[in-house]
Amino acid sequence: MIKQKIVLRFPPHIVEQPTIYHLIKDFDLMVNILRADINPKKEGRLMMELSGSEANYQRAVEWLNEQGLQILNLEQQIIWRSDLCTHCGACTVICPTEALMFERPDMKVRFSEEKCIVCELCLRACPARAMETLVENANFQ
Amino acid sequence: MKVNRSIEEINRKIKSGKAVVLTAEEIIGVVEEKGTVKAAEEVDVVTTGTFGPMCSSGVFLNLGHPQPRIKLGEVYLNDVAAYAGIAAVDLYLGATALPPTDPTNLKHPGDFIYGGGHVIEDLVAGKEIRLEASSYGTDCYPLKKIETSFRLDEINEAVLYNPRNAYQNYNVAVNLGDKTIYTYMGILKPKMGNANYSSAGQLSPLFNDPLLKTIGMGTRIFLGGGIGYVAWHGTQHNPSASRDQKGLPEGPAATLALTGDLKQMQPRWLRGLSYLGYGATMQVGVGIPIPILNEEIMGYCAVRDEDIKAPVVDYEKGYPQRESGNLGLVSYADLKSGSISVQGKKVPTASLSSYAGAREIAATLKEWIAKGHFTLTEPAIKLPSADAGISLKPMPQRDPDKGEGTL
Repeated sequence: MIKQKIVLRFPPHIVEQPTIYHLIKDFDLMVNILRADINPKKEGRLMMELSGSEANYQRAVEWLNEQGLQILNLEQQIIWRSDLCTHCGACTVICPTEALMFERPDMKVRFSEEKCIVCELCLRACPARAMETLVENANFQ
Repeated sequence: MKVNRSIEEINRKIKSGKAVVLTAEEIIGVVEEKGTVKAAEEVDVVTTGTFGPMCSSGVFLNLGHPQPRIKLGEVYLNDVAAYAGIAAVDLYLGATALPPTDPTNLKHPGDFIYGGGHVIEDLVAGKEIRLEASSYGTDCYPLKKIETSFRLDEINEAVLYNPRNAYQNYNVAVNLGDKTIYTYMGILKPKMGNANYSSAGQLSPLFNDPLLKTIGMGTRIFLGGGIGYVAWHGTQHNPSASRDQKGLPEGPAATLALTGDLKQMQPRWLRGLSYLGYGATMQVGVGIPIPILNEEIMGYCAVRDEDIKAPVVDYEKGYPQRESGNLGLVSYADLKSGSISVQGKKVPTASLSSYAGAREIAATLKEWIAKGHFTLTEPAIKLPSADAGISLKPMPQRDPDKGEGTL
């Protein structure tokens, strides 16, 4: 069994294809969609968790690549700039998954990439603007 | 008093490297173990710290005269509006000032990505600042328009002057409404989804000298990573706010006006902030040394988060409509634990003031004093305290053409 959080980027010409249907039907994967958007350039962004057998997952990845989809690691979508963070903690009540949380008794903010679902609420909730996203995500905001 | 120590005596010890200095956090255990008298005998100075958003902050600048000369009128620094209603090339740039092009809350909630606080941070960081200014022109100041850029080290003066900093206690903000609101206390989720507070509690300067027995005009302090001074009591200074038996206020009370030479400060401790839907502001690092003159002062410095209470206030209606009353008091120990109980509901808490920053400031000031670099000052005058009879006034509202008692 494998469980992987990924981001799929769809070029405009395949954004209307039933990709998820194939992932389930042809590769027997369990799909948990975290977030999906299409931007005005008709590019798609799908964030999800895939689970299934290792072999099926690898076959699915190959197939997705063949379709022209870009597969990215979900954990690297949101960047916590520890050099800019003032450790106030304002983000910790906004983050829905406790990816951003307060470590006690240090009273310091900690970011756990593996818990992040890229909701991006922290980007604007941080007064010091210490949370950043990849440039490619800007077209989806 | 069993212990009597003068500032002069403390300074002699500081200069000889023998002063015993502890932070306001470290002293708590010492007093618990040894009592106030013994602790006061052994410790000379307690250092405090706070690193929170402080909107009433800004900087006076003198940019030097161009050739030909100009009397600055409308002025923008990195597009942010500065105030020039003083002498020719003097300016005041406030932390919450915005560029006139900022969309503010036209698309609510606005981002307020760059304001006066950010300009000050960039200035202290040594970055190039763009100046655009215009004027009406006079015989003595003929120039009507100028565009140039400058850095901090190229101008005559840059003096941080913050009319209201280091609030002694503050509200805990919640939202009783059905929709998320965007305030200077951060994002408040509906139906008390979160409670935001802003104080360093037991480390905060004015909780360690609640009745202003040592802090006065001229007190030398840590300000923005450099050295500063207490200039006056702060605006909205409300020392008569209700207090418990230990003199600790149960809501926003005393404030301080602080000043210092910006040229020796650090960008790390003067940070531009963007509060979604509210505006731009600045996070200011402040640390104040408390001279342990006697056991009474020591007793104040032993204050713990459990002892300090703050009022929970609704920012959906209560605060904006200036309604009196609150939803109860909670302690800073509870606030810092991550959740509080308000009217039977468990509410997650978050801070806007950085406790880790406050700790670092208190530790830095301790080090400066222990190494003999920083001596204490005797206040030139005391600030009005709880017995001064000051009461906080609302804005007079009346028909300006008809005078008092109308509307």
